Amino acid sequence: MGEELLTIDHLHTSFKRGTKYYDAVDDVSLKIHKDEILAIVGESGCGKTTLAKSIIGLHDLKRTRISGHIGFENRELVGASPEQFDQLRGSEMGMIFQDPLAALNPLMRIEDQVREVLDYHTDYSSEKKHKIVLELLDQVGLEHPERVARQFPHELSGGMRQRIIIAIAIACKPELIIADEPTTALDVTIQAQILDLLRNIQKQNHAGIILITHDLGVVADTADEVVVMYAGQVVERGSVSQIFNHPLHPYTRSLLKSIPQADHPGDRLYAIEGSVPALTKMPHDGCRFAPRIPWIPESAHEKIPTMHEPEKGHFVLCTCYQNFEFENGEAV
Amino acid sequence: MSLVEVKDLKVHYPIRSGFFNRIHDYVYAVDGVSFEIEPGQTYGLIGETGSGKTTIGRSIIGLEKITSGKILFDGHDVSTRHERKEQHYNRDVQMIFQDSLSSLNPKKRIYDIIAEPLRNFEKLSDTEEKHRVRELLDTVGLGDDDLFKYPFEFSGGQRQRIGVARAISTNPKLVIADEPVSALDLSVQAQVLNYMQEIQKQFNISYLFISHDLGVVRHMCDSMAIMHRGRFVELGTRDDIYNHPQHIYTKRLLAAIPDIHVDERDAQRKHRKEVEKVFDTEQSRYYDKNGRVLPLQKVSETHSVALPEDQVKGE
Repeated sequence: MGEELLTIDHLHTSFKRGTKYYDAVDDVSLKIHKDEILAIVGESGCGKTTLAKSIIGLHDLKRTRISGHIGFENRELVGASPEQFDQLRGSEMGMIFQDPLAALNPLMRIEDQVREVLDYHTDYSSEKKHKIVLELLDQVGLEHPERVARQFPHELSGGMRQRIIIAIAIACKPELIIADEPTTALDVTIQAQILDLLRNIQKQNHAGIILITHDLGVVADTADEVVVMYAGQVVERGSVSQIFNHPLHPYTRSLLKSIPQADHPGDRLYAIEGSVPALTKMPHDGCRFAPRIPWIPESAHEKIPTMHEPEKGHFVLCTCYQNFEFENGEAV
Repeated sequence: MSLVEVKDLKVHYPIRSGFFNRIHDYVYAVDGVSFEIEPGQTYGLIGETGSGKTTIGRSIIGLEKITSGKILFDGHDVSTRHERKEQHYNRDVQMIFQDSLSSLNPKKRIYDIIAEPLRNFEKLSDTEEKHRVRELLDTVGLGDDDLFKYPFEFSGGQRQRIGVARAISTNPKLVIADEPVSALDLSVQAQVLNYMQEIQKQFNISYLFISHDLGVVRHMCDSMAIMHRGRFVELGTRDDIYNHPQHIYTKRLLAAIPDIHVDERDAQRKHRKEVEKVFDTEQSRYYDKNGRVLPLQKVSETHSVALPEDQVKGE
C-alpha cells in the first residue's frame, strides 16, 4: 500500500430543498492511498456521485452545503475557492464520466479536446503538446493515434470515446482519478478492456483511483478496497476479499444474495423489501436499513449507529450485523 | 407446435446518397436468422450494441418493416400488417421496454395507462374494468393507493412493474421484453425478474427476452441465441451455451463477464486474456471474407454453431 493520498473525515454534503438542507452524504469517512483502487458501491440515490463531486468540487455552492474535512496532499478541499479547484482539476485530479458522448464537445476535434488540459496546466511548446497528445492516445490503446486525433467524437465508437475521456483525465498524470460508472454504458467485452486499461494506468502512474459503480462484478474484478454506501452513509468498508468473502452488514449481504447465480438458474431471486428512502424523507436517527429487514427486532439495532471494527481494516455500521439472518433463516 | 417461428428473417436498411438520393448500399441489421419460441418458455437473445437483437424484437411485433423472410405465429403468417390484423395479433403480442419512464405517458394516471389496452380490445363495464386493473396491479405487487398516481411518482422498479402489468393486461401469449432490467439496480432487478417469472407460470406466457447481460439471461432463459453482426453465431439450450460454447465469439463474451469470486480473479483475468488472444488470431476462420458470420451447423439436437465446415464435430 502506498502513502496516503486523500483523507475524508466526517463529510456532510447537503442539498437545499425549499428552505431546508438535506444530507445526501451523511458523515462519511474514508481514506485512499497511492497505488490503490477504491470502489464505492451502492444503488442509485445512495450518494456515490454526490461524494465524488464533493471531492472534485463540482457542486453548485449556492444550493449545496459541504462540511467536514477532505484532505488532499496537505490541502483542505472543503471550502476551497473555485480558483484553487481550477488548479487542481485536470492536473492533480482527473475525472472519468459515465456517458462519454455527453462529456465530449461534439464540435471539437479529439486532439484539441485532449490538448485543452495541457494548454491550461502546462506551458509546453505546441509541438511538444502535439507529441504528448499522440502518446496519450497510444497509451489508452487507440490504434492510429494520428488519425483519431483529427476525428470528431461522433466518428468514434462508445469504447473509443471512453478511451478519449480517460486520455483527457490522465493527460497531466494526476495523482487521483475519479471514475464515475466508467463502464456502465459499454458492452462486456469493451468493459473488460477499459478496466484493464484503468489498472495499467494506475500501475504506470502510481495513481489512486476511486471507482464508483453499482456493478458488483466490476468491483470484485478490479478493486483493492471497497466502500459500501446506503442512503448517504458508509455501511461497510474493507478490503475486496473481506467484503466479498465475509460480508457483514445486512445490506451488503442482501445485495450479494440478489445476484443471479450460475448454479441455480430459474430460482426465485432474493429481493430486498421496500426501497431506498427519498432524500427529503431520510430518517434522522436509528439504522437506516432497519425498515428493509423488518423481521430483525429493534433491539438488534443501535439507537445512534456507530462504526465497529470486528476485524482489522473491516468496518461495519450499526450492531444489526451481529445476529443477522435472512427471513427464512438461511445464512448467506 | 412452437408459438412463434421466425424463418430466415432479413431486415436491411438502404443507405442513400448522391444527387438523386439513390440507394448505393444496405445496412444488414438482421441478415437471415431463424428460431422458434415454444409456448410458456423464455427465449433469450443476446448480443452487443448494434448486433440487431432489438431489430428482431421490433420486427416480430410489427414496428419494423421486414425485407424478407417469414414470421409465423401459432402457425399463421404475420409478416405484414394486413395479416396481423386478422389474427388479433396486436392483442396476443405485447412489449416491455427498457426505459420505463419514457414508455409511460406522463400525463396519464396509472389506472388509465393499464386500462388503455383493455379499452382497445375488450368491452368491459366500468366496474369490471376497475376490478381487472386492480387485479393486474396486485399481480405486480402494487396496491390500490397507486391507482390514481402519475408515472413520475414511482421509482424505476415500480414503473417497470407497471410496464409489466400493462403488457399482460390483454392476456397475451407472447411478451417481448427488450432489456427490461438493464436500467435497474440489482435488488430492484431481482424484484422485476421474480414478478416476470411468477406471471409466466400463472398465465403461461412466452417471453422473448432481449438482453446484453449474460448473467440475467442465464437466469431467465431455457434456450437462447447469441447474435453478432446481424446473424446468429450460436444457438442452443442454457447448458449448451454456458457449459459447452463452441464459437469463438461466445467464448469471448463469456470470458468477459466480471466474476464476483474475488479469490479467482487473477486466474479469470488470465483466462480472459488467452481467449482474447485466440479471438484475435483465429477470428478470420469464423467469419467469411466480408466479415459475415458463417452459416449455422448443427452439432447436436438442440445446439447449432456457426462453425467452419472442417470443425464440425458432435458432442
